[in-house]
Amino acid sequence: MQDSAIQVIFRGKNLLRLFQGLWVTIELSMIAILISILLGFVFGILMTSRFKWIRGICRFYLEFIRIMPQLVLLFIVYFGFARTFNINFSGEMAAIIVFSMWGTAEMGDLVRGALTSLPRHQIESGLAIGLNQKQLYWYVIFPQILRQLIPQAVNLMTRMVKTTSLIVLIGVVEVVKVGQQIIEANRLTVPSSAIWIYGLIFFMYFAVCFPISRLSIYLESKWKE
Amino acid sequence: MAKKILEINNINKSFGTHKILDGLSLAVEEGEVLVILGPSGCGKSTLLRCINGLETFESGEITLEGESVLADKKNLPKLRQKIGMVFQSYDLFPHLNVMQNLTLGPVKAQGRPKADVETEARELLKRVGLADKEERFARELSGGQKQRVAIIRSLLLHPEVILFDEVTASLDPEMVREVLDLIGELAHEGRTMIIVTHELQFAKAIADRVIFLENGKIIEESQGKDFFASPKTQRAKDFLTVFDYSTIG
Repeated sequence: MQDSAIQVIFRGKNLLRLFQGLWVTIELSMIAILISILLGFVFGILMTSRFKWIRGICRFYLEFIRIMPQLVLLFIVYFGFARTFNINFSGEMAAIIVFSMWGTAEMGDLVRGALTSLPRHQIESGLAIGLNQKQLYWYVIFPQILRQLIPQAVNLMTRMVKTTSLIVLIGVVEVVKVGQQIIEANRLTVPSSAIWIYGLIFFMYFAVCFPISRLSIYLESKWKE
Repeated sequence: MAKKILEINNINKSFGTHKILDGLSLAVEEGEVLVILGPSGCGKSTLLRCINGLETFESGEITLEGESVLADKKNLPKLRQKIGMVFQSYDLFPHLNVMQNLTLGPVKAQGRPKADVETEARELLKRVGLADKEERFARELSGGQKQRVAIIRSLLLHPEVILFDEVTASLDPEMVREVLDLIGELAHEGRTMIIVTHELQFAKAIADRVIFLENGKIIEESQGKDFFASPKTQRAKDFLTVFDYSTIG
């Protein structure tokens, strides 16, 4: 019965619960993205440091985060910290920590790439008119690398939004988890509800990520000026 | 005797084992136009970059009005504001329009009132025939126009001395003249300038003093036109001959 399968979505508070789950997804990923962008700039600047040992530490951190599956990182922070150091993070907190660590590393590498591709002359002209380091970054370097960064950063953002679906496994009730709960509750009466629920979740992720990528296209064309 | 603005005392610089500047000493007086000539790789550009603190050097000292250039890194931005520098590749900031390029240094680095700087910038733009370009971006200007803007940008800092690093080297031939005319005018105003160039005719016309550099050493130093009329060293003679086409054919 197709009809009744769709109706599962609208039964009771199911739709509201799905949106509440989606909000958890959005909230956690946006907090992590915001932290990642801010720290990513700092990390990226550190990665271009004159000092070899600073670059070395940054490189190690980046590779470490990249090699580790996000799920393992989540387990380390959520279960490992509780067991070993007796630090109990909530699932949400653990998620924000892990996604910020990951996002910072990836964003930092993007910032590093953009910084090193900026012509040396631009920096020297900035110095030659007497700007100090802070002014140089703020008025000369950042505005120029931003345009290059936007498409890659947006790509990272959408990856982060999608990867938050992993946090089901540390017990955070976000949109996928809510979906699973609804499907479980209706498994006997409406066995085919899964396709509709997951289908809706598909569109929900799309609705979150699509505007972000549109925004990047808009910004890119606007800053072509 | 005029006041010495810039003093370079026995500076040494190497890249690896290759000596770029070899115990070089030099003094520049107020209002003097000093032209530095020499084959490529002789250390001309490096010398300018050392004066501006863009390069470090191993030993020796550079002082601007008695202040040592590399003594205090924190003081470097302040010091650079007294030294205008114009580069070969003009390097206007592509994300800013002409006016924003001009005001960035004076307003943000020097903290001068924006309105005053803009008024002054407009006067200078008008003077170099670019009054209608203040809203334009670098990519909308020709090479010669960009270089004139870059020169104004350094003038607006009210520098004690202006360094020109082969400023016409990457310009189309017909653009070279407009830039050299501007530099010539500045020379007549009595500005202190150090010019690295390959435009020998221009150097001849403008130089109060010429130094000829090779392998990081000054091998000849002459007043103004003497260098071109009667070079003292064989090396300088050879150098000038390369640019003399009357012997062809």
